[in-house]
Amino acid sequence: MKKYDTPLIDELEKGPWPSFVTEMKKAGKNNEMANDAVGHLEKCYQTKVGYWKHGGIVGVLGYGGGVIGRYSELGDEFPGVAHCHTVRINQTSGFFYTSSALREICDIWDKYGSGLTNMHGSTGDLVLLGTKTDALETIFAEYSSRGWDLGSSGSALRTPNCCVGPGRCEWTNYDTLDLNYALTQEFQDEIHRPMFSYKFKIKMSGCACDCVASIARADMSIIGTWKGHIEINQDEVKNYAKNGMDIKAEIVDMCPTQCISYEGEEFKINNAECSRCMHCITRMTKALKPAGERGATICIGSKAPIVVGSLLSWVIVPFIKVEPPYTELKDLIRKIWEWWDDNAKPRERIGEVIEMKGMRSFLEGIGQSPIPQQIKEPRKDPFMFYTEDDMAAFKAKEAEEKKTGKYKF
Amino acid sequence: MALPQRKTDIGPPHYKQFLPPVIQKNYGKWKYHEVLSHGVMVHVGESGDKLWTVRVASPRLLSTATIREHCDVAEKFCGGFFRYTTRNNVEFLVSDEKQLEPLKKDLTARGFKMGGIGAAITNVVHTQGWVHCHSACTDASGLVKSMMDELMEYFESKTLPNKVRLAVACCVNMCGAVHCSDIAVVAVHTKVPHVKHELFKNMCELPTVIGSCPTRAISPDPANKSVKINAEKCMYCGNCFTVCPPISIKDPERDGVAILVGGKINSLRSNPKFSKLVIPYISNEPPRWPKAVAAIKHIVEVYAANARKHERVGEWIERIGWERFFSLTGIDFTFQCIDDFTFMRDTMRTSSTFKW
Ligand code: SF4
Ligand code: SF4
Repeated sequence: MKKYDTPLIDELEKGPWPSFVTEMKKAGKNNEMANDAVGHLEKCYQTKVGYWKHGGIVGVLGYGGGVIGRYSELGDEFPGVAHCHTVRINQTSGFFYTSSALREICDIWDKYGSGLTNMHGSTGDLVLLGTKTDALETIFAEYSSRGWDLGSSGSALRTPNCCVGPGRCEWTNYDTLDLNYALTQEFQDEIHRPMFSYKFKIKMSGCACDCVASIARADMSIIGTWKGHIEINQDEVKNYAKNGMDIKAEIVDMCPTQCISYEGEEFKINNAECSRCMHCITRMTKALKPAGERGATICIGSKAPIVVGSLLSWVIVPFIKVEPPYTELKDLIRKIWEWWDDNAKPRERIGEVIEMKGMRSFLEGIGQSPIPQQIKEPRKDPFMFYTEDDMAAFKAKEAEEKKTGKYKF
Repeated sequence: MALPQRKTDIGPPHYKQFLPPVIQKNYGKWKYHEVLSHGVMVHVGESGDKLWTVRVASPRLLSTATIREHCDVAEKFCGGFFRYTTRNNVEFLVSDEKQLEPLKKDLTARGFKMGGIGAAITNVVHTQGWVHCHSACTDASGLVKSMMDELMEYFESKTLPNKVRLAVACCVNMCGAVHCSDIAVVAVHTKVPHVKHELFKNMCELPTVIGSCPTRAISPDPANKSVKINAEKCMYCGNCFTVCPPISIKDPERDGVAILVGGKINSLRSNPKFSKLVIPYISNEPPRWPKAVAAIKHIVEVYAANARKHERVGEWIERIGWERFFSLTGIDFTFQCIDDFTFMRDTMRTSSTFKW
């Protein structure tokens, strides 16, 4: 095996933070691909440019996604990475593993791939970095026969992803792990066979802390919330104060809706005014917890800046119950896709299509009524659409008012 | 040897089989948690059961050898159970308090770094960079390694007003929540792409290429059976290059990184926010990117010295105002900080109530 001189990236083996270069070299010790990847990277560092080429179509039989084709422009110089495809394995809900499962994953990957991985990719998949085209079917047979399936890529439903939820978090408002599993199973076809205009990501967080960044990174963000009050344990509040928390400065004054009062005796929350921002709960986790009806807020449309700027997801359904078998949610997802399918051009994310066609078109498409929770503020311009039905409704109201002598706004 | 029978559309294995017994038992019935140190927290169930989590940094890019080492540790102290986090940390899950100290000792002996819990800097969300991505104009892993070597004290304990989420994207595609991070590095091109006309007609589709440009800078070039790019309109987003390989945008001398600050994704106290551009350009300086690293450390330090407890970077800046952010940090305010893209009107000031 050719040994590369790597003075530049060797610098990245120094210092306290764990080194990815060390990882590449570890894998490169007995793996030709990983070894060539080391030399390849050094070359990038020398010239300050990357050499990877566009994907092309590679994959396993019957699937349209899950493998990302990757080739190097420097295949002659570094034959080990001439093809170096990525295999995406559908991760477990919440990234929980047992050592025996991961050892099996590693064994197969060492046999047919580069021995390099990302635990995990940004979307969520367990990403295996670097294998050759002719190994793909074998890899898939080995993994799938052991219960592991491919994740997603391309214009498909991207592998759904969720926060740790009830597995290890007291704040979750629904079972994120279970919903993630249920949706992944329900939409296997949409995950493996790209059929959309572009990618569609679903991310699930159990509360407004949003540990999977769903509000910023998912076409559909399912964020847990509640409709009831915040339960208060007054003794624990006193304990926090005793242990040095400045409850006025840290909790009362920082509550964005100013709905908390604390006179040193009783900690009170005006629940009707609370916007469930989670600040007080996360700071006084022993004393406060959400109570009453639990569910989720559904938001739509977030994405990174390319092509026309970043979007954060918009609220479309302020509250929905999230309980198995999740029929209402699954129906809603199908309706969303149908509208998107009817209206999108190729490579248009749903948020962009909503911007083009208007939120009204979308909300009508999925059968949602307008409600103030969907907006920050009403529009500021007077250029709006009136349908014949809208006008008929306004006129009917006025006719009614004439009859009763009472205005209805 | 015959291959095993392949199966399709089975989805992932059911997560229940990977949950340690203490989680099975207390599933959905956690009462509260406490951060015990920069690398350890404990969750307490309604049953009184306890689950300790020890968080360890990973470079995200992991060899199978290191994953096996994670397995060894988990088998020795955690019944074989562990997990990864969305920010690429490893978390060892301990239900027997007696195992906690030996686990920590073992991790230290192996050179693993514990930290990232609480008001700290935890692992950096980032993209593939030169290691594996076709559109990268910097190396994300190298930048992250260089940054975190410098910021290690904030991973390992030094307390900040609140968490600081760092992110690196190696091109404006930004795979990862880079656009909503407290401090983000985004690699940028700074030059109009070059079109290899002779390859265009065989490899590209004219309408797709024209349609890919958000600023309509691309028009047909019939003489060359290709396209031309209007330099006044092009913002170097690289979208055309993604749909058409003969359009090349990479430029080793001009590619570099920009720094954005003040984003967040949670709704605690204030709503989620995008990160905003404060430093438009720093040259690519592999292998250590000293200037980019210094800029990030500087912003972290100015924030640490000036923000109130619990304030995130963006909340602190909103309270003091952007003009004060620039004066406190001493960062040059340049034309690039003034939006000239689609949403310019929302970002201009419309009152005289600013600060000097
Ligand atoms: S998003 Fe909320 S429920 Fe989920 S892990 Fe984070 S804090 Fe817990
Ligand atoms: S959850 Fe937020 S809004 Fe509600 S009381 Fe607590 S701090 Fe105030």
